[in-house]
Amino acid sequence: MAFENNDKAAGYWRENLRLVLGLLAIWAAVSFGCGILFVDALNEITFMGFKLGFWFAQQGAMYVFVALIFVYVAKANALDKKYDVHED
Amino acid sequence: MDVQTLTYIIVGATFALYIGIAIWARAGSTKEFYVAGGGVPPVMNGMATAADWMSAASFISLAGIVSFTGYDGSVYLMGWTGGYVLLALCMAPYLRKFGKFTVPDFIGDRYYSQTARTVAVICAIFICFTYIAGQMRGVGVVFSRFLEVEVDTGVYIGMAVVFFYAVLGGMKGITYTQVAQYCVLIFAFMVPAIFISVMMTGHVLPQVGFGAELVDAAGNGTGVYLLDKLDGLSAELGFSQYTEGSKAMVDVFFITGALMFGTAGLPHVIVRFFTVPRVKDARLSAGWALVFIAIMYTTIPALAAFSRVNMIETINGPDSTGVAYESAPDWIKNWEKTGLIAWDDKNNDGKISYANGATNEMTIDRDIMVLATPEIASLPAWVIALVAAGGLAAALSTSAGLLLVISTSVSHDLLKKNLMPDISDKKELMYARIAAALGIVMAGYFGINPPGFVAAVVAIAFGLAAASLFPAIIMGIFSKTINKEGAISGMLVGLLFTAGYIVYFKFVNVGANTPENWLFGISPEGIGMMGMFVNFIVAFAVSKVTGAVPQDVVDMVESIRFPQGAGEAQDH
Repeated sequence: MAFENNDKAAGYWRENLRLVLGLLAIWAAVSFGCGILFVDALNEITFMGFKLGFWFAQQGAMYVFVALIFVYVAKANALDKKYDVHED
Repeated sequence: MDVQTLTYIIVGATFALYIGIAIWARAGSTKEFYVAGGGVPPVMNGMATAADWMSAASFISLAGIVSFTGYDGSVYLMGWTGGYVLLALCMAPYLRKFGKFTVPDFIGDRYYSQTARTVAVICAIFICFTYIAGQMRGVGVVFSRFLEVEVDTGVYIGMAVVFFYAVLGGMKGITYTQVAQYCVLIFAFMVPAIFISVMMTGHVLPQVGFGAELVDAAGNGTGVYLLDKLDGLSAELGFSQYTEGSKAMVDVFFITGALMFGTAGLPHVIVRFFTVPRVKDARLSAGWALVFIAIMYTTIPALAAFSRVNMIETINGPDSTGVAYESAPDWIKNWEKTGLIAWDDKNNDGKISYANGATNEMTIDRDIMVLATPEIASLPAWVIALVAAGGLAAALSTSAGLLLVISTSVSHDLLKKNLMPDISDKKELMYARIAAALGIVMAGYFGINPPGFVAAVVAIAFGLAAASLFPAIIMGIFSKTINKEGAISGMLVGLLFTAGYIVYFKFVNVGANTPENWLFGISPEGIGMMGMFVNFIVAFAVSKVTGAVPQDVVDMVESIRFPQGAGEAQDH
């Protein structure tokens, strides 16, 4: 057992799930939300020469995806350290 | 020097490079053959993953598809990048900690069942074959257009090169070759895109030029935004608005979902995360992979818009009444010879014109959007040669990655884990090489005799991955209660539901393939997402009424949930 006790193991997993679900909520919001479901409303707004909904669908969602992974990497590594289950 | 000679030189040089790398990085053990020894640095693995992922279709066809469908093309852009977020957050780190070689390894161990393993193997092999047939065809087409050899000869040359480095080098050879191929293909894609962006908008970055004002030949602003211009042209010619598209929202939603979840379930992508040394490297390399993919995928819609405006203006002329055929630019006549552009002078006025509906006189294949861009923009000959080398790099890198999964599935999952558990590492390596060689021969056969249904079966590949492998892996990591009965019935029901729906609309009753007949308005391309939900529901329901998961499997699930103690990918 790599964790000191079962509480620690459960705590680590709970925090990990919260991190992942939070980031996935943003993931779904920019793609399924801004890029698809609310695209018509957002298209009323102009952003850097784009209709905003269209920009999310063809540019913005992809930039956010990249950012999400790097945020996850940083936070997950920090979480591993906090619970002392990181690799050397 | 003419285009042809330059193309031979550039393509020849890149091939020599790939073969050189293969000799340097040849595999000596099954571990090197399957997972490159497990020591690939994350940035390199990210680059190799990107090359593995971006196929001939991404390189040659995607910009054309977006160009002709506008907003509707977003499903591919978001779908084929969004899946990497799922891979990074929900799969890569845990599968790396699990630490074996293949996706069927995980499914077989987690669901303590040979049946589950076998179902996973069949899915993996089917998905990979679907893909690879298209790749070899892509190799043949690039050869025939730019080097003026027969398509078949092109396929043979492509087979020989892939054979050499996939059979010799395995994952190790493939990984380092893919790093080189990524560099070739991204350079070849970006150079024409940057040229054309500067020419039309004065911006170096196509992603910025995409939203900018158009400039005239002297470089002065015209006050008209590219996308407004494009919407205006589309309306004028009777197409739906470029920025709004024509597909129903529910269908766009489900197709995007099927592509995202399908991406996260594709075995040749997942297996790449087994090749890095540590769990945190698996997380990071997914990030790098998406960076390298996004460089191309954010450029694609920009290039699509540029070439759409360019094409319409070239054909219809400044006053939108058409251009006399005699004075039309050379690229139209050049591509007419290949059959990818056709002109039918319906009103006998001797002018070419493009529109939606009965007055249209031009039939234009989507694939020329990338391949003809250097000519449309009058770029130097070396750029045209570069595009040919880039298209080949994209096709070869993806084929090699797929072949590896096929050979691993046969030698490792079928032979070693099923039929002959006692074979030595050396024997297993030999079988892996034989399987890779057979895979190449079969892929080449389909490249030369392409089945007419290639386009249709790509929908099946993503749909099946989304409906079978993806849910099985996710439940394997995030649930301790899904048992083997649940997982197997989930995979089978998801698989049958999705395959049945696609086969019905694509093969059995093609005439009925219209939105009125679709379930909830979801096209066969998007049904994989529905299949995924079906899989989850069936798996939960069946697991509820059947036995508990054995304690050793529960322990395994607990152990893959945190990084510490991840050894190198295990030998068996």
